[in-house]
Parts: sequence; C-alpha cells; structure tokens
Amino acid sequence: MEEDKIKMTNKEYSEYVDGKAKKSPIIKNIIFAFISGGFICVIGQIITNICVYYKIEVKDAATISIVSLIFLGAFLTSIHVYSRIGKYAGAGSVIPITGFSNSIVAPAIEYKSEGYVLGLGANMFKIAGPVLVYGIFSSFIVGFIYWLMLFVR
Amino acid sequence: MKIGKQTIKLKNTPKILETSSAVGPKESNGPLGIYFDIKCSDVFYGEKSFEKAESKFMKSAIDNLLYKLNLTNEKIDYIFAGDLLNQCIASGYCIRDLQIPFFGLYGACSTFVEALMLSSLFVNSGYGTKVLASASSHFCSAERQFRLPLEHGNQKPPTAQCTVTGSGVALLVPHDIEKKVPVVTYVTPGKIIDMGIKDMSNMGAAMAPAAFDTIITHLKDTERKPEYYDAIITGDLGKEGTDILIELCKNYSVDISTVHRDCGKEIFDLNERDINSGGSGCACIAAVFSSYFYQELKEKRLNRILLVATGALMSPISIGQGESIPSVAHAIAIENEV
Repeated sequence: MEEDKIKMTNKEYSEYVDGKAKKSPIIKNIIFAFISGGFICVIGQIITNICVYYKIEVKDAATISIVSLIFLGAFLTSIHVYSRIGKYAGAGSVIPITGFSNSIVAPAIEYKSEGYVLGLGANMFKIAGPVLVYGIFSSFIVGFIYWLMLFVR
Repeated sequence: MKIGKQTIKLKNTPKILETSSAVGPKESNGPLGIYFDIKCSDVFYGEKSFEKAESKFMKSAIDNLLYKLNLTNEKIDYIFAGDLLNQCIASGYCIRDLQIPFFGLYGACSTFVEALMLSSLFVNSGYGTKVLASASSHFCSAERQFRLPLEHGNQKPPTAQCTVTGSGVALLVPHDIEKKVPVVTYVTPGKIIDMGIKDMSNMGAAMAPAAFDTIITHLKDTERKPEYYDAIITGDLGKEGTDILIELCKNYSVDISTVHRDCGKEIFDLNERDINSGGSGCACIAAVFSSYFYQELKEKRLNRILLVATGALMSPISIGQGESIPSVAHAIAIENEV
C-alpha cells in the first residue's frame, strides 16, 4: 500500500509548504510600525514638553509621560480600540510602553470570567510575565558587571 | 460492511432528515449569510462568557431542529457532539439541559463529520431511530484556548485562519421514513497523518495531507472517480491548504480541482481583514453543511457530495513542547436517491 502515501519526506513537504505559504507583507508592516510607533513616541514627547513648560523637572516629566501613556494603552484596550490599532501597527504598537500596558490589561479583561484571584490575578502577567522576568534578570546581570568594573578600577 | 482499506458501505443508507444551524455576526454578514437558520449579532449571545455563548449556539441549533420537525428532546435516542474546548464543555453544558444520551467527541475541526459518521452507523445498524450529530466552535473561546487574549493588539500571518462562531446539527433517521431527503452511502474514517508541520498558524498545510490520504483512500475503496461527485467538500483547509491538497492529488494523477470546494473559503469574504486564509473550527463545516450544502442537496442542485472534514489534533501544550501537528480527515458520502 506504499503507493498511496505522499511521495515526499517531511522535510521536503515542509520546504514545499514554505514556498507555498503567502508571506507577511514585511516592508508594508515595517513602514506602518515605524509610523505608528513614532506617533506614540511623539505623544509621549508632547506630554513631557507640556510638563516641562509648566516648570516640572525633566525627570518627573518623563515619569508623568510614561504613566499617562500606560493609562492611554490600558484605556484604549478596554474600549476595544488597541487591538484594532495593533492589527495595522504591529510592532509599532507592541514595543512602546502602551503595548506593555495592553499586554497586561488584555488578559485581565479576558480572564475576569474565572474570578478575581485565580482568573484575573493569575493570568494578568501571562504575556508580560516573561518580559518582566528576563528584563529584571538581565538588568541584574548588567548591574553586577558594572559593579565588578567599579571594583577593578 | 467494510470495503477496501478503510471504507464502510452503509447497507441501510440512513437518511439525513433535517439540519439546523446557528451562527455569529461575522458569519451572518458573510457570503453564505442568507442560508443560516439562526443569526445572532452578539458574540456573547446574551451570556456572561464566551464558553456559555458557544453552548447556547449549539443549544439553539438543536432546539431549532426539534422545532422544525415538531419533536421533543425525549424523542431523540442519542446525540454525538463535540467542540474545541477543554473537556468539550460547550457540548457538555448544552446537552446537560437536553437530557439526551450523549457521546462526546473530540476530533478538532473534523468533529462534525465524525459525529455524522458515527450517528449514521448507529442508525444503519438499528441501535437508534433518531440520532443527532452536532459540533460547535466560537472564535472568542477558541482564541482563548489556543492563542493570545482577544484584546491583545497583534498581527496574524496570512496563513492564519479565523475560527467560525456557531454550530450545526443534523438528524439521522432510518431509511424507511418516507421523505425525499439525502442519504448516507459510505463513510471513510481517516488515519492520523503528520508531515511534520509545527506552525500553528498554518493549519491548512498541516491538514492537507490528511485530507489527501482520506480522499484518495475513499476513491480507491469505492472505485469511484472524483467526477462521480458533484462536489468534494473539505472543512477548513483555507486558501493555502486547498492549493496544497489539489496539488498533492495532481501529483498522484487525480484531478479534484473542478469538484473541490472548501467551507473555510466560502463562509467568509476572504478579502476582509483578519480572515486571512479562511474560516476554521468545528462549526465551519458544521454550519456550512447544515445550511447551504444541505439545501443544495435538497433542491437537487447537488446530488452527490463527499464531505471531508479535517482536524488538526494539537494543543497549546504539545506546540509548546515543540511537537508537530497530527491531523485527521474523515469522509462521508451523501447522495440523493434517484
């Protein structure tokens, strides 16, 4: 009954499928991501500049700008807008801090149906969790290296 | 009676007496919108969770079928049903309310044909005189089960598919019931085929070899040519999967390009954003068959169809562990008597 089988090995089939599959429009996606990501950053900069204009220190102004963007991301997520932006903007809306906020609020909304503790609480960091774990871990490593360098000097 | 390698010939040719379908908003607005029985514009269907909504889709499809035939649930002998959720909760909770003896099935997107197959075999051998086959899926609950949260802003690759929200149900009865309706003549349960595809967003490619295997085996076992059928209908291969299936068959010198149709490609407008390669999910073939194709059969625009549902049997756990996607395809031949 060998003749009924597909005359391809798994590897050949995989290559054949890759050749067939429609590719994501990379150039278009990059341009969209650049524009939308840049736009979010411009909003952040505007907030910072307004704060500075009202005589708030630059460091504090940056914090206010970040907090505002996080709020904006969370708000747009909750009114079903951020996911729509994300379909066009791609990495442009995932990478900025608004995307981070989106990645926490989205599972929070979704898992609310399983209760506040084991649903919302346990799943809130489902997407952002790895970013936090490896982000904090790598900053620890960098900090350690920096400390060693001070020591050597 | 078993013929050939894996096909069963149904001597008593059970009848598909009636079908019913219920779908969500996106499907209602799609190209086949006019054919569905129940159209709901709310993805929650008035419920608190997507899982409950999915249950309700199945429940309303079944209730509608019973209503059409003026039957009550006590008159139904058995029901074969399944869905995509863990432990098949959509069907479980739906059938809890119906109080019909229940066989729960999991065949991923092939569940509906698996249910049709088993219920026609049941009726064929006389174990029941009214047996239901049903399957459901819901875009939002499937996204939760298999992918990222709904509100997460991300892009999908062009090979990804969109799960159909809804349910379809069919009632199988013995042949001696006097009514001119389509009958089931052959069933071909499929083997699990795995060609090593690991990409969960290219399920068409993972499932196409299974569809190929089942279709070729069916044609060989029944000694039929593809042209014998007015349509060979696959469940949810989508654009990529369809192309691959047709080419695989061509390499084997069987040309199905003229008779092949894919529910996943027909249920949605493929140019719409986020549809990408087409529809998928248990409800894809379930809703499309129990509305559009059943009507085409009844009105004799189609007389002989081979319904092939393909299922990708992976889970987020197996994908996370780097396993490839095993796929299965079941075929059932449905014909009008002359």
